Amino acid sequence: MRGSVSLRDRLNTTVRDIPRSGIRDFFDIVSTMRDVISLGIGEPDFDTPWHVRESTVFALERGATHYTSNYGYLELRRALANYVRKNFGAEYNPENEVLVTVGVSEALDLALRALLNPGDEVLYHEPCYVSYRATILFAQGIPLAVETKAENGFRLTRAMLEAKATPKTKVLMLNFPNNPTGAVMSRSDLEDIAAFARERDLIVITDEIYGELTYDSPHTSIASLPGMAERTIFLHGFSKAWAMTGFRLGYACGPAELVEAMMKIHQYTMLCASSLSQKAAIEALTRPEFDVTAMVDEYRRRRNFLVASFAEMGLESHRPLGAFYAFPSVAKFGIPARDFALKFLEQEKVAVVPGTAFGECGEGFVRCAYATSLDNIREAMARLQRFIGRL
Amino acid sequence: MDELLKILQNNALQSREDIARMLGVASAEVNERIKDYEQRGVIRGYQAILNEDQLDLDKVTAVIEVKVTPQREGGFDVIANRVSRFPEVRSAYLMSGGYDLLLFVEGRSLREVASFVSEKLSPLEGILSTSTHFMLKTYKRFGVLMHQENTDERLSITP
Repeated sequence: MRGSVSLRDRLNTTVRDIPRSGIRDFFDIVSTMRDVISLGIGEPDFDTPWHVRESTVFALERGATHYTSNYGYLELRRALANYVRKNFGAEYNPENEVLVTVGVSEALDLALRALLNPGDEVLYHEPCYVSYRATILFAQGIPLAVETKAENGFRLTRAMLEAKATPKTKVLMLNFPNNPTGAVMSRSDLEDIAAFARERDLIVITDEIYGELTYDSPHTSIASLPGMAERTIFLHGFSKAWAMTGFRLGYACGPAELVEAMMKIHQYTMLCASSLSQKAAIEALTRPEFDVTAMVDEYRRRRNFLVASFAEMGLESHRPLGAFYAFPSVAKFGIPARDFALKFLEQEKVAVVPGTAFGECGEGFVRCAYATSLDNIREAMARLQRFIGRL
Repeated sequence: MDELLKILQNNALQSREDIARMLGVASAEVNERIKDYEQRGVIRGYQAILNEDQLDLDKVTAVIEVKVTPQREGGFDVIANRVSRFPEVRSAYLMSGGYDLLLFVEGRSLREVASFVSEKLSPLEGILSTSTHFMLKTYKRFGVLMHQENTDERLSITP
């Protein structure tokens, strides 16, 4: 506090009343400790592929340091449309149906702000990424959380949505493969959801940032299902599959009218995504398969290792099928997830994130990210076994 | 390539139990499959990857390009196998392009390698010419960087 002016009363009430991210809260505790093995990091431990980094330096030398089109370089949008058609099965016109953004987070914010009027309802599933609820509230929407369950592999069903939807519901947000649960949706799971969206005339925003990272079966995008592209905003980016988190590069694909509306907000707030990051993304798309496949293979081994370790120590966990998160249940120890995580951190110096950071229904679970070396995972599992033996 | 081989190629010291967890199979199966690969000669050995520059060894390595005349029966294999039997030759490859064989030869000194080339290698029947290059410093071997430390710039907890 500085002087006598009370600024708290002047803040926008929505912003004032939204709590800080539970992740941030936990980070503040972990960052005071040394030699912690962290299973709390939601970004790849792989380096950004060298060819991408090298070409970013080259782009800098060549002078790619200016504003780009508001939509992003056309060359990049062409490459993106091509990539999305090939890997996600949805067609977009690079001229007006693709928008390059500052990460998926910006794209999500743009999509919600472009769509919502005050009081419009947004269906989303929890546990979910930390920003969803806040982003809906910032856009003056009403968040309707739909609880997904471990016994169902944290998948979303039509019945769950029907129980929550009202005539004021306008948007359905999806995120599969899911952070924090590692859940995925099969094609037939998605067909039910798509039918629901069509019947209720909902706009679907699908965050498929982990789309490349599935381990037992290939990913299906809801945007590729019949009659869905015209009502779906597909969001993706380079953070996970190319380990480019710091580049902050995402994109949105959707019907021209919606993308145009999103572009208007983007134009007035961001102007454009970083020119260098866009150049890096062009390079990443020119030979993506090799880098991504090797990462996926490594994540699969670690996922298997975690699942086997949980089973050996009698810790209940659904089988995570995508992203790089496991979400085991710690409910049987009879203490809140946050206390479990804090004790584990204090006693064994291993960081996991309490499930409550991802929504209230995350109580009883902890998120273990396996974006860390197998040596770390092995040691963390040995400590976890020791720890729960004492509980 | 088999997942098991990828894991071993990356770290052959991984315990069989850990490999079993990674593959989602029983460790007895891992043992069996490894034994099978060893018996079939797919796995021919296990070695440590050393940063020899740190060891101050009395050792020099030369890369030697060799032009040869292929034999009437057996082509390049006869001469290549013969050359490969010298213990000084650590690796030998048949190449496309301006020369035929590429050899990695080790010796205790420049003189020793030079005498191997002039006294053992060049006089062999079928060897037309050699071109010897001495290695000065190793930056990367078997996919492993030799002079860079791993740094993790990531925050300890991220969403």
